[in-house]
Amino acid sequence: MNEATNEPLSAAPVSTSVPVLECRDLSISYFTRAGEIPAVVDFNLKVHAGEAVGIVGESGCGKSTVALAIMQYMGKNGRIMAGELKFMGRDMRAMGEAELQGLRGSKIAMVYQEPMASLNPAMRIKDQLMEVPLHHEKVGEKEAFERALAMLADVKLPDPRRIMEAFPHQISGGQQQRVVIAMALLSNPALLLLDEPTTALDVTVEAGIVDLIREIASRFNTGMIYISHNLGLIRETCDRITVMYSGEAVEDGTVGEVFNAMRHPYTQGLFRSIPLPGADKNARPLIPIRGQLPLPHQRPHGCNFGPRCDHFKPACDAGPIPMRQVPSQPDHRSRCIRFEQIDWNAPPAHADTGEPIPLGPRVLEVDGLKKYYEIANRSLLAMIRGTAVKTVKANEKLDFDAHEAETVAIVGESGCGKSTFAKVLMGLETATEGRAVLGNRDIAATPVQSRKPQVVGHLQMVFQNPFDTLNPSHTVGSQIARVIRKFDVEQDREKVKDRVMQLLDMVKLPRDFYLRRPRQLSGGQKQRVGIARAFAGNPRVVVADEPVSALDVSVQAAVTQLLMEIQRTNRTTLLFISHDLSLVRYLADKVIVMYLGHLVEQGTTDEVFAPPYHPYTEALLSAVPVADTSVEKRRIVLEGDIPSAVNPPPGCPFQTRCQRKIGRICETEYPPLRTFGEGHRILCHIAPEELEAMPPVFTTAEERAAE
Amino acid sequence: MATTFDARPAAPPLLDRLSAPKAVLILVALMWVPLTLYVMAGRNLGVLQPYILLPAIPATLILYVLAVRAWRESWTAVIGATLVFFWLLMAVSAPYLPLLDPNKPIAPFVLPFSHGKVGDTFFWLGTDFKGRDMLSRTVWGCQRVIVWGVTATVVAYVVGTLFGLIAGYLSGWWDELITFFGNVLLSFPVMVLFIVVLNYLGPSGFNIVIAVTFASAPAIMRIVRGLTLDIKSRDYVFAAQTRGERPFYIMIFELLPNVRGPIIVDACLRLGYTTVAITTLTFLGLGLQPPDPDWGLMIKEAAKTAMLFRFSYMLIIPALSVSTLILGFNLMADGLREISLRD
Repeated sequence: MNEATNEPLSAAPVSTSVPVLECRDLSISYFTRAGEIPAVVDFNLKVHAGEAVGIVGESGCGKSTVALAIMQYMGKNGRIMAGELKFMGRDMRAMGEAELQGLRGSKIAMVYQEPMASLNPAMRIKDQLMEVPLHHEKVGEKEAFERALAMLADVKLPDPRRIMEAFPHQISGGQQQRVVIAMALLSNPALLLLDEPTTALDVTVEAGIVDLIREIASRFNTGMIYISHNLGLIRETCDRITVMYSGEAVEDGTVGEVFNAMRHPYTQGLFRSIPLPGADKNARPLIPIRGQLPLPHQRPHGCNFGPRCDHFKPACDAGPIPMRQVPSQPDHRSRCIRFEQIDWNAPPAHADTGEPIPLGPRVLEVDGLKKYYEIANRSLLAMIRGTAVKTVKANEKLDFDAHEAETVAIVGESGCGKSTFAKVLMGLETATEGRAVLGNRDIAATPVQSRKPQVVGHLQMVFQNPFDTLNPSHTVGSQIARVIRKFDVEQDREKVKDRVMQLLDMVKLPRDFYLRRPRQLSGGQKQRVGIARAFAGNPRVVVADEPVSALDVSVQAAVTQLLMEIQRTNRTTLLFISHDLSLVRYLADKVIVMYLGHLVEQGTTDEVFAPPYHPYTEALLSAVPVADTSVEKRRIVLEGDIPSAVNPPPGCPFQTRCQRKIGRICETEYPPLRTFGEGHRILCHIAPEELEAMPPVFTTAEERAAE
Repeated sequence: MATTFDARPAAPPLLDRLSAPKAVLILVALMWVPLTLYVMAGRNLGVLQPYILLPAIPATLILYVLAVRAWRESWTAVIGATLVFFWLLMAVSAPYLPLLDPNKPIAPFVLPFSHGKVGDTFFWLGTDFKGRDMLSRTVWGCQRVIVWGVTATVVAYVVGTLFGLIAGYLSGWWDELITFFGNVLLSFPVMVLFIVVLNYLGPSGFNIVIAVTFASAPAIMRIVRGLTLDIKSRDYVFAAQTRGERPFYIMIFELLPNVRGPIIVDACLRLGYTTVAITTLTFLGLGLQPPDPDWGLMIKEAAKTAMLFRFSYMLIIPALSVSTLILGFNLMADGLREISLRD
């Protein structure tokens, strides 16, 4: 066994017949005080060498449990109840603790979501990397060092020698995740488990990691299991896909089969609830899956998806549903008894395509807004040198306006200054220079305490993290009621309560949520309460800071639709801060792209998503994982990381990573703002003709056919 | 416990109603206010004095039932609560128990479980060197320890929490100033601080409260400050800020309820610590003054006579009493932490 696996390349012909990993009818349960909770039921999976299998599903569907079971690392209360788990043809359930210990981290390696949590902050990178060959293969110190260094170069880290000497906190998040992947690969694993490895990273950094992961499978001939909630990422990295729902695999097959001809209503629901490039809110509205994921001990009889399924028939809840092969597709199986009867090409039943909303008068005007922070350096040396105060330019000359009922998206990666801008607008910070006119009042320099209650009420915010947005100590009702009283909408006790009930109706929550506490609510429900709270003061402008990025795909769709609907009826202006460009494409009327505090491109959504592009926008668009197989995109992967705002590069802010850099002028001179058409502006040195000549990032099948 | 409740279907709704925060607060007030008045005002209560503790007895019993019911998942907490409530019950019911006068000398040096030389009084726990009944003194003695210990801890917590919230939430100069003073106070050895404060202000219950506050508040301030720093960057705090709430509102309504968990656990531990401090102070002659019974005082008075093994009970009985009370507080803290970790 050892001889065979130490050289996976030579073992390749064998492994086509013997899969690296095989799960057959696997059932896993957790034992709690409430009794046995079946987490995964009847699960089948095969991974061959050099093959990447994606497991996709929403939180609570059991995908992480599968990963832990493969590692045989389920804690005290988890147990495999039935089925087989074979690694290289050998039953893992029969292995002793010592043998498993030898497999973990060497033959089976895992990469987790949060890179900083996988690295020991107190050890240098080199010590953590060298540990792997030192421990598992008992090689010498020198060889371990050489191998670690070579592996860092293999995962495309710049300057591996410097990184070897660094501590984890001294390198960026993307680099940390590359180090974690390098560590996993160092032992030459036969199986690599990736549990949402890019969720914590920015999109342009994610694109680089995705490229790397695709390379691994072919270069190292490793079998990979890629766990994710993002269908686009699965499409870009995997050969096969397993869709999980409520502890069961509901559909599996090759990526092409499942993406083009899905045969399970849940898979279809997932695809309908994500925005695809090239479609907007009026043409192809998102269709959320109704209802909620059942709790493991409250699963319905028969088909788990039954209560949420549009194709439900009485036969569906008669008994357990088996996985069945789709005719003429030997690899494609579905856990739906009616998949032959369902018309898979029928348009969705309740899609309410709407007319575009006419825009109203101008509500918000931002004019030359700047926000500089001063950081005091209190070291003695800095004081002697007279450099005790450093300026961080968080926002530099922001210019835009927003109309009534308009959705303006602010796009950019972490550190681009979009949150700072939101803070200035909300009055938590005051602008250094410039104006932000709401109605007819300049609020840029007025802190929130000095604003009139009506002004504060006119400008409200929806927050990102559903688990943080509500105070866990107060009831839902009292938190909304406080806003109503604070903004003087109503004062009378009964009227306030009525208004809270209306707001709960508006966000489609049952009225008895009035007395619930936040911990009794799911993430999507909390976010709905957050929206109700933001709209309680009848705001004219709502700033939504990544309101759905922490939610599950189907819930995301529901919350997005809700937000759109409320905006439509209230004619509110929505400032939508996001890094998710497919979502922005879907719902925004106008897009603002920010990089390092600078506004690098702005225009209507159609203008920004079509050439001419700013090189950064081009890269951002290319980094979006696309779940639509008919769309082809140009791949552009940016080098390096976002520079720190404390030490911005001279000249153009984007010059350090730009793929279209034209020369010295980029490093020395601040680029001019070029205007195309009406209001489409790009901050770049490149000549307008050249910008206009850029090919589009996305091309659909029809467009390709037309050419 | 649970089975007895199931047997009587009428019981749960009543207990549920009593478990509501308002009802618990009323019960605590019913227990605590008379006891505090009785100990602090004492003879000034006049005709009320013999009756004032009567409502406290049922309140204590109900609270005990509620505590056991709420914490039944953790044995540690139930045992802790049992110890603490035993002494609470002793404290509120001392005047109504058939006990001898704790200050009246009867027969000196009577060993436990024996009759004295005079009369036929049976002494369960013997008598001390002045001939006072040990059982009666032990029961009466818990009153002052509990009342002053809890009062001192509560005052220290109010002060410490307030400064901690200010330092953590407002940060900047407030933080620098408060943390600096906290550090100065923390740098004194606790006993030195106690002795300085009590020597300067004179020994009395209220001054013990002040001394304990000086000694404990900086540490509490640091805990609350740390928790506040963590919580103040949560979105719900931003939400409050963006609707223009005053810092005071945010501190009291948004932050305080969310730092209470760790604080309650720490408070139980610190109650034990304060009880030790008070008995130590009394032992040193800086605390509560004779002749009224008090555990620290009893230990102090017995210190010389207890040299003889035969009479060591005079020291062991009050010492054991202090230990059980503190153990009760600590077990409660442990159990509460256990429960809070479970959800």
